[in-house]
Amino acid sequence: MEEFIESFYDILDETEKNEINKNTDFKNLDEWDSMVTLMLIAMVDENYAKQISGTDLKESLTLENLFMRIQSK
Amino acid sequence: MTDGILNISNVQVSGSVSCVPKTKISNLENTLFNSTDEALKFVEMTGVEEKRHLDPGVLVSDLCYEAAALLIKKLAWNKDEIGVLIMVTQTPDYLIPNTAIILQNRLGLSKNTACFDIPLGCSGFVYGASVLSSMITSQGFKKGILLVGDSSSLLAHKEDKTLSPLFGDAGCATAFEFNEGKDLKFKLWTDGSGFKSIMIPDGGFRNILSEESLQVVEDKDGSKRTKVNPKMNGTDVFSFGITQVPRVLKSFLQNLNKEVSEIDYFLFHQANKFMLEMIRKKIKLDPSQMPYSMIKYGNTSSASIPLTLSLLGDDARNKKFAICGFGIGLSIGSGYFEIGDRFINELIEYEGR
Repeated sequence: MEEFIESFYDILDETEKNEINKNTDFKNLDEWDSMVTLMLIAMVDENYAKQISGTDLKESLTLENLFMRIQSK
Repeated sequence: MTDGILNISNVQVSGSVSCVPKTKISNLENTLFNSTDEALKFVEMTGVEEKRHLDPGVLVSDLCYEAAALLIKKLAWNKDEIGVLIMVTQTPDYLIPNTAIILQNRLGLSKNTACFDIPLGCSGFVYGASVLSSMITSQGFKKGILLVGDSSSLLAHKEDKTLSPLFGDAGCATAFEFNEGKDLKFKLWTDGSGFKSIMIPDGGFRNILSEESLQVVEDKDGSKRTKVNPKMNGTDVFSFGITQVPRVLKSFLQNLNKEVSEIDYFLFHQANKFMLEMIRKKIKLDPSQMPYSMIKYGNTSSASIPLTLSLLGDDARNKKFAICGFGIGLSIGSGYFEIGDRFINELIEYEGR
């Protein structure tokens, strides 16, 4: 989980580190856009060899929710 | 025969002509974007700096007509020897009949020509090439022409911020002929569970055209479209592209016993540069093995592979090619072929009728 949060933070450019934790409502970050979305999908593919869909993102409110969905794949 | 590989003997690819409209649309000056920053971000992600749009009244069939007419002339083919004409398009002149049939007459081909359309998009060139070459390998036909392309700029809603700036128009004609000792290989792949990833919901028979179909709806990103415009779920398409495409292509090359380093050029459907670069790294291709056409011509649907080929000019001669079209369906077509030393390879601009 820690590693996942760290990797997610690495994708971002403008967001402060203290804003990123397991409870972060990631889709409501100012920086969240299509580019960040694609980089997140790429990161999950690279680090976890899992394929995430639009539904996975839609159904996850926090980073922890998303991580759990990835784990269950 | 291994794992669904289509092995076509005694057929060669003899030439290809691509035709693009003259009108250039620059994405950095595209008023669809709210700011220069937004435009820059789009260009950085997709790679599309500029693309070509059809002028009013011109259709992709007009581009294909010009491309085919020049190709036949350059190859000095006798029109009576052309046994089959296939048009791969999702933007036909009419809903019925097929556009290839109309072009048979326009091009002055023999009435003995087999003509039909294949309505596929991103993977369409590879599918079309596999069908056309299969009809030649049996020695039923000596020669055939494959036309590909879409009037994508007319299809996407002008205010769709994802698709409108991405799509460009192009029409290409590629020649195939019987030649003993030459061969082509294909691998075709489908995942119909993703059929909603890129779709036009209304206007077919599932959702018959109604007044509601034509209502413009704005989504949360500020993009506008009706239900007769294509809608793409970018997340799902990207996810499919970076996971399935490298897997399917790698397995195809393994089946052919080909190393990536033995192949001169990989021509991919020009979907999105960020996605293609991820695929390139996964397959471990050198940047010099992977030419792009989308920087100056955008995502040109089924025309993207031959259009990218056309940019190589005579450098395409005596080279080994892997091709991969992927997207709408979800569908993937991979292919392998070698090009000879008299290959015709041209890119022209549409001059008008």
